Order: sequence, then C-alpha cells, then structure tokens
Amino acid sequence: MSRYWVQRLGFALLGLTALAVVVPILVVIGIIVFEGMGAISWEFITAMPFDGMKQGGIFPALVGTLLLTLGTALVAIPIGVGGTIYLAEYARDTWVTRSIRLAIINLAGIPSIVYGLFGLGMFVLFLKIGTSILAGALTLAIMTLPVIMSTAEEALRAVPTEFRTVSASLGGSRWQGIRYIILPQALPGIITGVILGLLRAAGETAPILFTVAAFFLPRLPQSPFDQTMALPYHLYVISTQVPGMPLRIQHGTALVLLALVLSMNLVATIIRSYFRRKRQW
Amino acid sequence: MVDPKIQIDKVSYAYGENWVLRNVTLDIVPKSVTVFFGPAGGGKTSLLRLINRLNDLVEGTQMTGRILLDGQDVYGSDTYIPNLRRRVGMVFALPLPLPGTIRENVLYGPKLAGIRNQSRLDEILERSLTQAALWEEVKDRIDHPAISLSGGQQQRLCIARSLALEPDVLLLDEPTSGLDPISTRKVEDSLFELKQQYTIIIVPHSIQQAARVADQTAFFLMGDLVEYAPGKEIFTQPGDKRTEDYVTGRLG
Repeated sequence: MSRYWVQRLGFALLGLTALAVVVPILVVIGIIVFEGMGAISWEFITAMPFDGMKQGGIFPALVGTLLLTLGTALVAIPIGVGGTIYLAEYARDTWVTRSIRLAIINLAGIPSIVYGLFGLGMFVLFLKIGTSILAGALTLAIMTLPVIMSTAEEALRAVPTEFRTVSASLGGSRWQGIRYIILPQALPGIITGVILGLLRAAGETAPILFTVAAFFLPRLPQSPFDQTMALPYHLYVISTQVPGMPLRIQHGTALVLLALVLSMNLVATIIRSYFRRKRQW
Repeated sequence: MVDPKIQIDKVSYAYGENWVLRNVTLDIVPKSVTVFFGPAGGGKTSLLRLINRLNDLVEGTQMTGRILLDGQDVYGSDTYIPNLRRRVGMVFALPLPLPGTIRENVLYGPKLAGIRNQSRLDEILERSLTQAALWEEVKDRIDHPAISLSGGQQQRLCIARSLALEPDVLLLDEPTSGLDPISTRKVEDSLFELKQQYTIIIVPHSIQQAARVADQTAFFLMGDLVEYAPGKEIFTQPGDKRTEDYVTGRLG
C-alpha cells in the first residue's frame, strides 16, 4: 500500500473516532429534545405533580435541584478554593501534603453511590441531621471537592512563579501576591473546576438517594432540614418505579435537567472567557 | 570614610549541602555602584537575594554570618520583611512585568505600602518612570498593558517599579542580559543618574559592562570573594592571579 493510501486510511480512522464521540451526544440530545418538547409547558415547569406524578409538573424537583446545587456551592467553593490556596501556595512539600494530594486524586475516582452511603452514615445518622437538603448538599459537596481542588490547584500552579517573586520583592506579603496577582490569573481555571464539579453534583442521583431525595413530595421545602424532590432522582423514579408513566413526561423531565446543566455550562464558559480576556501576560 | 550602607559579614550560604557562598565579607559604599562579577555559579545572585531576603522563599537552605543594612541586622527578629524589601528594591535578569497596565505595574508596590492619595500616586508614577528614562516613551499610553512594551522598555518599567517605592538600595541582577545594545545603554545611563540617590549593587552581564559602570568591584569565583577593590582597578591591575585570568579571558 502506498504511503498516500496509508495516510488517507489514517485520516479516515481518526475522523471516525471523532465521529464516535460526537454522534452519541447529538443522538441523545436530539431524541430528548424531539420527544420531550411536547411535554414542556409553563405548567410543566411551575406546577406540583399529582395523580401519581402522571399529571401536573416537576416544580418541586426543579427547585430541589437548584437548592441542592446552591447548597453544594456554598459548602464546596469556600472549602475547595481555600484549601487549594493553602495547599498550592502556603503548605510546604511534606509527606502530609503529599498524602492530602493523593487523597484528593483518589476521592475523584470513588463511585458516587459510595458517597451516598457515606453521607447516610455520617450526616443523616451519626450527626443526626436527618434526611434533608443540608445532608444532601454536604454529601454532594464532598463529592465535588476533589474536582474543584484538582482543577484549582492546576490553575494556581500554571501562574508563573516569577509573579510571586516579583510581588514579594515589591514588599507584598504572600497573601497580597495571591490576592492581587495569582488569584486573578488563576480565576478562569478555578471557575472551570467549580462549574464542572457543580454540574456533576446537579446531575447525580446516587449521593442524594439516601440523604435528601423524596419519592413524592408535592410541596416546596420549608428549611434546610426539610427533604425535597430532585430532578435526577425524580427522573429515575418516573422512569422505573411508576407503572404506566407517559413517556412524554419522562423525556420532558430529562430535557429540563439537560437544559439546566447545559445552561450552567454556558454561563460558566461566558464567565471564563470574560476573565481570560482580562488576563494579560 | 563614610559608613557603609550594607555590611556583609562572614556570610556563607548553602542550598542543601551545596555551599554557594563561603565566608564572604564586604562593605557596600552608599550612593555608588558596586559590581558583583565573575563566572556563573559564583554566588553573586544568591548574595543579592540574601540582602533583601528573597531567598526566604526557597526551601532547604542554610545561612551563617550577618548582613547589616544601616547597622541593622536584616535577619534580626525585629525585621519586618515587606519593609526591608521596600527599602531594598530588586530588578531581575528577565523583564517580568506583572499582569496589567504600565500604571498598575509602577503603582503595585506603593499601593501595597498603603498609599491611597491619587495625586501622590500620580506623582510617584511620573517620577519613577522619569528616573528609569521611560516617561517620555510611555506617558501617552500609561494605561496600556505592560506587555505591549518592547523588552528594553519592559526592563526599564521594572526598574521604575522598584524606584516607585523610593528604596535606599537597588539590586540589579543582570538587568540587561535580555536587551539589545541601545536599550542596555539607556539602562546603564540611568544608573549614573540613579547613583546620586541610591546605593546600587549590580551583577553585570559582561566584563565590559562591569568595567563601564563600576565604582567598586567585587570578583566572585565558586562561592569565594576573591578580590574587592575600589574603582576599576580590578580590571587594570588585578591583585589576584584568578581575577587576572578571568578578566583577560583565560578563565570563564
């Protein structure tokens, strides 16, 4: 076979692998949008479910997921970003910090159901918080932390060391260098990590299964100690646990969840590119 | 004899077990240009960074001896390091503008030092850029990104940035190594102005530059201070065989 044809074949194979990535995404989104559009209405978004969830809307599940994501953000962002700043900028390289890093990497690989069981044991039972938004958000936050921390650490390390030296040589304390030079430069990367983590939290079922999610609770939660419905779990329930559930509603619910996650992603991309444009070096 | 600005007293310094300075003692004359020169690995840069305690940022080092600034031990327990670094400015081998505009670069130090008054800041901006011979070139684009400047301008910006803090001492670590001859000339010319006001220590990037700017010259070889002499004596009448070998090109 001539080199020309080998090259053609190579390109074709690479093209196919690229296609293999893109096609499933397009098919999944396509089916969900096509089948789900019919279910979407103002009522579907804003009404309580009734008649064994076969009628009405998904309002409490939507609100529940938004609240859970918000709660996760409130816990995970300060701990994740703060901890990473400490690890990357202050902590000396000892076996302690090395094992913390190793732990973070390994935490990222733990199956989400294990986080769910940990949350049940730790927050719901041991700390007696009970099945609640608080317990769910804490569980999701722990699952999210490794994603936030590993991306944030990479972002901080990507900022040239020289900036820290220059800042120090101009009479800046370590914190001032971080505050005025390092963090602004690392922000796009940190935001990416935060959003990736929160997206995963918003879409997960297993961690909220035992810690917060209600099967059917047609009202809004009254406090952080209340249970709530949540979109991913609701989708799981209406797809597998309720006989005779109209397919249209399942697709509609999936569409709302997908739209929620993708629009968060879009917002993140916009924020990130805004901060990237401001970066100059 | 005027009091020395800086006294370096029996200083030895090591990265781990690797001693890069051995028992170095010398006095720095105020308001003049002192040159630290010699082949790479002689400990010149390490010594500079010991004076403003920038080597504190490096882990796993050890130091013996004392460094006194105006008679005060810079490693004493009452030294507030940010203040020390405001008094002892530093310019690095490569131009390292911080992210942001020309103005932000110059005013970074003064703002951290707590200066908020706008007219005072404007005054600092113009004074330090003028001292670094950059004001005329950048006064119309003071809010442009610092990286839009040429390499030579960036380095003069870095000098201005140090001068903005009105230091007593200016440490220059091969400040012209990345620059073309014309920019180098401009930087050297500004040194002659600056030494009226500041005590300058420079690690030059060539023997020729050392000879051009030196008021005192110290020759370092492999961590030892071989010779320290006033003026340009060292280049014409070296007192030590090793200095002579290096200056005449037989070593290096």
